[in-house]
Amino acid sequence: MANRETMIINLGPQHPATHGVLRIELEIDGETIVKARPIIGYLHTGIEKNMEAKTYTQALTMTDRMDYLAPMSNNLVYVGAVEKLMEVEVPSRAEYVRVIMTELTRIASHLVWLGTHAIDIGAMSMLLYCFREREKIVQMYEFVSGVRMMSSYFRVGGLANDIPAGFETRVKDILDSFPAKIDEYEGLLTNNRIWLNRTVGVGAISAEDAIDAGLTGPSLRGSGISWDIRKSNPYSYYDKFEFDIPTGEKGDVYDRYKVRLEEMRQSLRIVSQAVGGIPEGPYKTADKRISLPSRKETLQGMEQLIHHFKIVVHGFEPPEGDVYFSIESPKGEIGCYIVSDGTKRPYRVHFRPPSFVNISALSRLVKGRMVADVIACIGSIDIVLGEIDR
Amino acid sequence: MASVAEEKLKTEYSDKILELYRFRGDLNIVVRPGDIPEICRFLKTEPELKFNFLSCITAVDYMGKRDTRFEIVYVLFSIPNRARIIIKTRVNEGQEAPTLTSLWSTANWQEREVYDMFGIKFAGHPDLTRILMDDDWVGFPQRKDFPLTYEAPHFSHNKGDIATYKKAPWRGDNDG
Repeated sequence: MANRETMIINLGPQHPATHGVLRIELEIDGETIVKARPIIGYLHTGIEKNMEAKTYTQALTMTDRMDYLAPMSNNLVYVGAVEKLMEVEVPSRAEYVRVIMTELTRIASHLVWLGTHAIDIGAMSMLLYCFREREKIVQMYEFVSGVRMMSSYFRVGGLANDIPAGFETRVKDILDSFPAKIDEYEGLLTNNRIWLNRTVGVGAISAEDAIDAGLTGPSLRGSGISWDIRKSNPYSYYDKFEFDIPTGEKGDVYDRYKVRLEEMRQSLRIVSQAVGGIPEGPYKTADKRISLPSRKETLQGMEQLIHHFKIVVHGFEPPEGDVYFSIESPKGEIGCYIVSDGTKRPYRVHFRPPSFVNISALSRLVKGRMVADVIACIGSIDIVLGEIDR
Repeated sequence: MASVAEEKLKTEYSDKILELYRFRGDLNIVVRPGDIPEICRFLKTEPELKFNFLSCITAVDYMGKRDTRFEIVYVLFSIPNRARIIIKTRVNEGQEAPTLTSLWSTANWQEREVYDMFGIKFAGHPDLTRILMDDDWVGFPQRKDFPLTYEAPHFSHNKGDIATYKKAPWRGDNDG
């Protein structure tokens, strides 16, 4: 057909289904998408630049604000990178709590994803159910750190403070009630005819294309690649626990949905193995370079008081060098590249944000499909704009 | 696995590897900017290595610390072999590095971010535009000579001084 004209429309930046402030420039031919170009940067706050002006401990608080739905995972990748640079031993009590809290974070993040993804494509009630369950995990954050979202609970060398009494009981409550809830979500969606129509075969991406586009996490595993950093390069104590890596086959929206739901079950499995075995002992490292002296010590000794003051006010100084450390966040591979010049402030911090890389593949997912499928595709790759723009 | 890569690189590309060292368990190599695509293609396609996943591209500004100002860092991962390798190359201001978009399409946005933040250009990149900052932004924020904060509060008593602050690098000429 000669002289066919396409039309450009903007989706966003103010659109409830863009999960933040994302603009997508859609080139459409009728209702069919010819090209989709995500335009980002509306939430850019210069987190990486700001970190260069803070001490290592101060900079930690900024990591919460990137992927605000998974603060503990962001904390873990940052403290992990600094610990790798400084070669710090973390006590096993802290590692157990880290595993439990990051897995609960994975569930919380997936719950927000499920609720918003489902409401985007018309399943209104899911959002209410998912937020009801997420509330229990957010309360766990408050219980351990005092803050519901920006927890900054993990510190270089251990935890900010020891777990409060009753921690295990509350985790066990979650373990008891959640499996039935996940079954309930599956009952509402997995065989739901409308859900299947909106998701099966939509936004499919092959395994080779997914690797080429740099997809990670559930978005990659939906295409059938069984790669999970918790298994391939175990960090923290993940090599001590048994769990499976769920994968999909076709790499469509439905497969990614199935993978995430199964991941929630696997996370519960990890938590149930970890919660019974939290060992007694210190919750932070004995390394005097970074570990604050206890309250009792500072009250009894002048040197300890000075030491405490020095670490709080001046901070600690990792040796010169640069490391890359990555973990499996709920969205995919989050990596942290830190350069230290031997001073108390990081010389350069860079995060490899999974959402940033995953959204760059959007154009491939939606090409040749309908405008309504764009919404399903954005939901299925689970992005957080705070992390994309940093 | 990384040791196999180390051996292979030493035998095949001994003239192109400027530095090769291990730091905290990770294999790091430094090459010239022009050799980046060839080395990456080798690491990606060599059947024993299969570094088929480009994790991350970023850069560091070593202004005043090194003779060559910028260092571009590529992190490759081998999904079949569970191994990681870090490749570095150094460029000066105004010098270009070749793009990796023909090897991995994920390089597209990550190179755009490096360009946006450091002003390092990638030769052959299909769409080298700003990505996080505004299109009309002046300056490159992650450079060390770009101040973190610069804006002077406007009060009546410093009205005369405001002209000096207009030179803030990202303001351009048309800002009052």
